[in-house]
Amino acid sequence: MTDRAAEVAAALRADALPRPAPDARERLAGRVRALLPLVALYVASVAVALGLCALLVSSTGGSATRVFSALLDGSVRSPGAWGLTITTAMPLLVVAVGTIVATKAGLVNIGQEGQLLLGAAGAAYVATRLEAPGPVLLAAAFASAAVIGALWAGLAAIMKYWRAVPEVMSTLLLVFVAGNLTNFGLTRKWLLLSRARVVNNTNSGDPLPAAARLPKIHAFGNTVSGGVLLALVLAGLAAIIVNRTVAGFRLRMLGLSPRTARRAGVSALAYGGTAMLVSGGMAGLAGGMWLTSGIAGDRFTAGISSNIGWQGLLVALLARDQPVAAVPMALVFAGLRTGAGFLSATGVERRIADVVQAMLVLALLVPPAVRAVQRHRAPKAAEA
Amino acid sequence: MAATPGAGGRPPAPSVRLDGITKRYGAVVACHEVDLVLHAGRIHGVLGENGAGKSTLMKILIGLVQPDAGHISVGGDRVDITDPTAAGRLGIAMVHQHYSLVDTLTVWENVVLGDGAALDRGHARGRVTEIGERYGLQVEADALVGNLTAGQRQRVEIIKCLRREPSIIVFDEPTSVLTPAESEQLFAVLRRVVSEEGRTVALVSHKLDEILHATDEITIMRSGRVVERLPTADATAARLAQDMVGRPVSLRSEAAALGLVVAVADEARRSEAADQIAAEVASTSAAPSLRVRNAVVVGPDGRRLLDGLSLDVRPGEILGLAGVEGNGQRVLADALSGLVALHGGTVEVNGTAVRTDRPGALHAAGIGVIPEDRHDSGCVLDMSVAENLLLAHPGLVATRGVLHRGRMTARARRLMAEFDIQAASPDAPMRSLSGGNQQRVVLARELAAEPKVLVAAQPTRGLDVGAIEYMASQLRAAAERGVAVLLVSTELEEILSLAHRICVIFQGRIVGELARGEATPERLGLLLGGVAA
Repeated sequence: MTDRAAEVAAALRADALPRPAPDARERLAGRVRALLPLVALYVASVAVALGLCALLVSSTGGSATRVFSALLDGSVRSPGAWGLTITTAMPLLVVAVGTIVATKAGLVNIGQEGQLLLGAAGAAYVATRLEAPGPVLLAAAFASAAVIGALWAGLAAIMKYWRAVPEVMSTLLLVFVAGNLTNFGLTRKWLLLSRARVVNNTNSGDPLPAAARLPKIHAFGNTVSGGVLLALVLAGLAAIIVNRTVAGFRLRMLGLSPRTARRAGVSALAYGGTAMLVSGGMAGLAGGMWLTSGIAGDRFTAGISSNIGWQGLLVALLARDQPVAAVPMALVFAGLRTGAGFLSATGVERRIADVVQAMLVLALLVPPAVRAVQRHRAPKAAEA
Repeated sequence: MAATPGAGGRPPAPSVRLDGITKRYGAVVACHEVDLVLHAGRIHGVLGENGAGKSTLMKILIGLVQPDAGHISVGGDRVDITDPTAAGRLGIAMVHQHYSLVDTLTVWENVVLGDGAALDRGHARGRVTEIGERYGLQVEADALVGNLTAGQRQRVEIIKCLRREPSIIVFDEPTSVLTPAESEQLFAVLRRVVSEEGRTVALVSHKLDEILHATDEITIMRSGRVVERLPTADATAARLAQDMVGRPVSLRSEAAALGLVVAVADEARRSEAADQIAAEVASTSAAPSLRVRNAVVVGPDGRRLLDGLSLDVRPGEILGLAGVEGNGQRVLADALSGLVALHGGTVEVNGTAVRTDRPGALHAAGIGVIPEDRHDSGCVLDMSVAENLLLAHPGLVATRGVLHRGRMTARARRLMAEFDIQAASPDAPMRSLSGGNQQRVVLARELAAEPKVLVAAQPTRGLDVGAIEYMASQLRAAAERGVAVLLVSTELEEILSLAHRICVIFQGRIVGELARGEATPERLGLLLGGVAA
């Protein structure tokens, strides 16, 4: 094989010299042009959703303008709001990037919520039990979060590759098992429960030591968690690995055509299994980052995941599996989250806030769906 | 048999009339102002290459596709055929090229599938038997469709169609899965439904032989237009071929692509003296590049899909594996691609055994494959042309695991030029290419890896005459370079014109082997049906 590969490589070397890219600017312009209809579609569908929301709010006796104004206040306008939004986007982005890796391999991991919860639990355990200097403690907590998340997703991978259990089912159902596991952990002092005397009815862990908190960046009156930088690096790395490396090439081949990939020597077990572990590991890491960001409280609680996993999954979906596109999408979702939180704080009924959030999510789902339908039709038309 | 006059000998009234039918798909004009008249009591042949627009035209007639312009009249009344149900009410039915049968249901269940009324088992079984007897389409009403041969399945499909007593029947490429003997039977049935029952039949085909043999009148289509209409009695193979392809063609060298079995067989025997010697020298002296011994693959239902199959392919030789579809060809190609692991037996490349259960092992050992269904395992439609030209060899354009765009594009441009692949750019998605160009991408990639063995499974299916010729010349050239070529095909013409040696596969095993010179259509036909020659 190596002989043959060398021969082929030698035969190709003559032509292998890179050509200059004369039309780089033109290509960029072309891309922007191609994106315009998509952007218009997003604007239109969000406008329709907002219109429907306004209708709903006014028909239930509220004031639409007040609701939208509160949404904006909560997400960007009020003091410190955008810092909070950016920090909230951090775990969403990390979850989404992991999801994208799994999706590229053709796997449907929808168990991020549980992987994230267990990751947070792992981070909490290490952070409150291990005696170590600052950065080491944080790194150990993150490593533990990632490993536990990966192992939890790994269970689904084992079931899939050993007994062909669909990972859609197993990852989903493992979310509920994870919830019960952490609930159990919060009843045992040797696991997650605080060793101090429990002050109220809610079981929770020990407060995190100062060394196990993500550093904060202060700018323009806002506070952003330093973990955001890590999240961006991870997104960039994922984009490069998926699109520009041999491993990513083989991963995409596996996802798009498993049989072609098998013939080309891509082992579904090796590549798919790794993608699943990475995906779970990222969700676990997101849990660790969320726990140590300071926004989600200063200690581990049963409800800490609070839909970050599900929303990260949606971010990946809306980013159409492009790690870079996941960055703005994570911000949008984080904005909806902080905005809706603020909305309910202003006295608007919580359920209305939830409906508004759901409507906007649906609106963001419309353009990719329209695109998919168009792409589905185009080849059909070209056939005959 | 040709040119039987209509029932009663008087000129029959047109039963279906298509006027000025035009259908566009984007910039592609599938049909351009096509007029077609079908007469009751006659078999009307619609001849054309793949992509000539004949399938689109028939889909319009059956209501699957709506025309952009033009109209259809049935029995003199203008009609609007909005969907297949509407076509059914007008008495128009179609026997599709790809069957719409459910494997896990019995024959009679398949026949009544889609009926709105309550099931009447006894009545349905009776109808199946009755129609079978009336037309000589015997098939066991209680048999599971999954256990039937391709020919028997087609009978079920035809019974399903005739049960509704249609007055107009369209047959779309009906012989592609039949043995020569089964094709004869089918044509006898067609003759019967037109001459005894006065029905109208349209036979859509790209094979000259069967159009000449089984029809009364012919319409020839090319690039979406009707280029000729004539009674079959006035037609000759040469004239039809020229009209179909649009240029003078050599019936001899291009016979295979045109579907002329006899011409091919004659040609094969004539050239026997010259190149058979060469082939035989190569085949007896050299050790086989590919050696398959007692290959066994058991399907999920326990059926033996490959049942102790053995074959050798020597360097420089094209071994034709003939057989009616569904006799294990697909499984063999899958096994040689590493997609199906053998349950027994061995595969050796140049004397070294290769594991069939490890992804990529066969490819790495030097077996290139042009798969039967390129969309299934030959290419990735959502990747670019440049990426599809790599697949198994991304390392060629990478440094320390990072792909180099420029080198990837340069390599793609070189291969696109060498194999004349028409694509907008190396970055164009594979999906945007025509079938012929997709097939060229697969061929280019497999040959660029310099394989020792090339498995070509139905390599010309769905391609037009030019593309078929190109594929044939590439396979010949590969063999001349010393590649051992295994050509798996259901098209006898293709096997006869290309192969140096012919093996016949039947129910998962090799039932006969013929040198090129001794292969006649008759002998091959018997072997294909499982009768040892």
